[in-house]
Amino acid sequence: MEHRQKKVAIHVSHLKKSFKSLEVLKDISLDVAEGEVVVIIGPSGSGKSTLLRCLNRLEEASGGEIVIDGTDITDRKCDINKVRERVGMVFQHFNLFNNMNVLRNLMLAPVDLKKQDRDTARKKALEMLGRVGLSDKAEAYPHQLSGGQKQRVAIARALCMMPDIMLFDEPTSALDPEMVGEVLEVMKHLAHIGMTMVVVTHEMGFAREVGDRVIFMDGGLILEEGTPEEIFGNPQNPRTRDFLNKVL
Amino acid sequence: MTRIITTYGQLLAVAMGQTLLLALYGLFFACIIGMIVGIMSVVSSRVCRFIAAVFVNLIRGVPMIVLAYFIFFGVPYLWNSILGIGGMTLTALQAGSICLALNCGAYMAEIIRAGIESVDVGQMEAARSLGLPWWRSMVRVVLPQAIRTMIPSIINQFIITLKDTSILSVIGFPELVNTAKNVVAATFMSFQTWAIVGAMYLVVILLLQWAAKALERRLKYGA
Repeated sequence: MEHRQKKVAIHVSHLKKSFKSLEVLKDISLDVAEGEVVVIIGPSGSGKSTLLRCLNRLEEASGGEIVIDGTDITDRKCDINKVRERVGMVFQHFNLFNNMNVLRNLMLAPVDLKKQDRDTARKKALEMLGRVGLSDKAEAYPHQLSGGQKQRVAIARALCMMPDIMLFDEPTSALDPEMVGEVLEVMKHLAHIGMTMVVVTHEMGFAREVGDRVIFMDGGLILEEGTPEEIFGNPQNPRTRDFLNKVL
Repeated sequence: MTRIITTYGQLLAVAMGQTLLLALYGLFFACIIGMIVGIMSVVSSRVCRFIAAVFVNLIRGVPMIVLAYFIFFGVPYLWNSILGIGGMTLTALQAGSICLALNCGAYMAEIIRAGIESVDVGQMEAARSLGLPWWRSMVRVVLPQAIRTMIPSIINQFIITLKDTSILSVIGFPELVNTAKNVVAATFMSFQTWAIVGAMYLVVILLLQWAAKALERRLKYGA
């Protein structure tokens, strides 16, 4: 039992989420194992981004249970900030801090939360920038970067907190087509070094190539899940088939 | 004109000093009130937002001259005679500063609220997603960006408040307008006196605007 618990990074059971009278997530249950890459696909308005945002409580669940690394984050008494330190998030619109240069974007949380002293944080930040191929942009401000560069900085910023889990909310949707590749490369690298990842995306190529498991959502429900081969090769649910026919 | 300047110039200069002193006190406390009430109006607590809204609407709904009379005459009367506690005296400077601070503070609160709301919610979400508490995210990420957009409105409000000090001549504070009235009463040279007083306000406000522009330029990051 102890062993099994350790291997589950994210446990979601019967999650419900409503905005006023609009029920966005109806009954979501999902387990993500350590080191697993789960890709969530589905039409817009299907609730996939909301599901992702519930996983670090940017949205408060209306019902059900979410356990991250053994901590029940639907429990109001849990220290959500401590959980968030271990769960990185990458946003569609990058959300780099506009009032800081790249280096300070990366150093803010590690220094402010006293995980690292300034020198260590700076070293770590430069190392992460190197990893996303942007060592020369440490002093640049966000508005001086291209979309692809911004998103790679955003990934590096999340990595500076040494997270166990990374959440990606349509990380390439706001990018010019020629910049999608550079961001996906960084994400592929992360997947290969064993990062636990939950990715909401419209990049079917990425889902097929990197995903360990693909989840199809529609209308606030998980309609189908399986390996990329199963979902893309032989979808069972007619809605999945319909969706894939439209996007592929 | 020259007779006014040579005879009453010093008096008017001192009065301008009093005007600036009053404005300075008022603005200092207005900034504090504005910051507190402005932040109260963006927090998640409904009680906080309600209190902030009541304060802002109450102050904005009352003319400043009424507020000035109320604070200078009304509040001590309430304290000393109606409640019978006694011993409360307010100088014109104290009452005037409180009046300016409340009035300007309400408008500042609105400017600060709007400034905070103008920052993309993604900035707060990104900071929170890294584990920063709400307050730290506000101080490190949201407010620095909000203040930059707020500066023109804040300077505008400063200028309005500086000019509003003239209203406080009604409670007898010896600021510029009050003093000028006395000069006119003594000399009957109303054209010359008011022209000089107008020019004095203008110069101070132009200087303030110039300083604000310089500040705005310095706050542009990485341009």
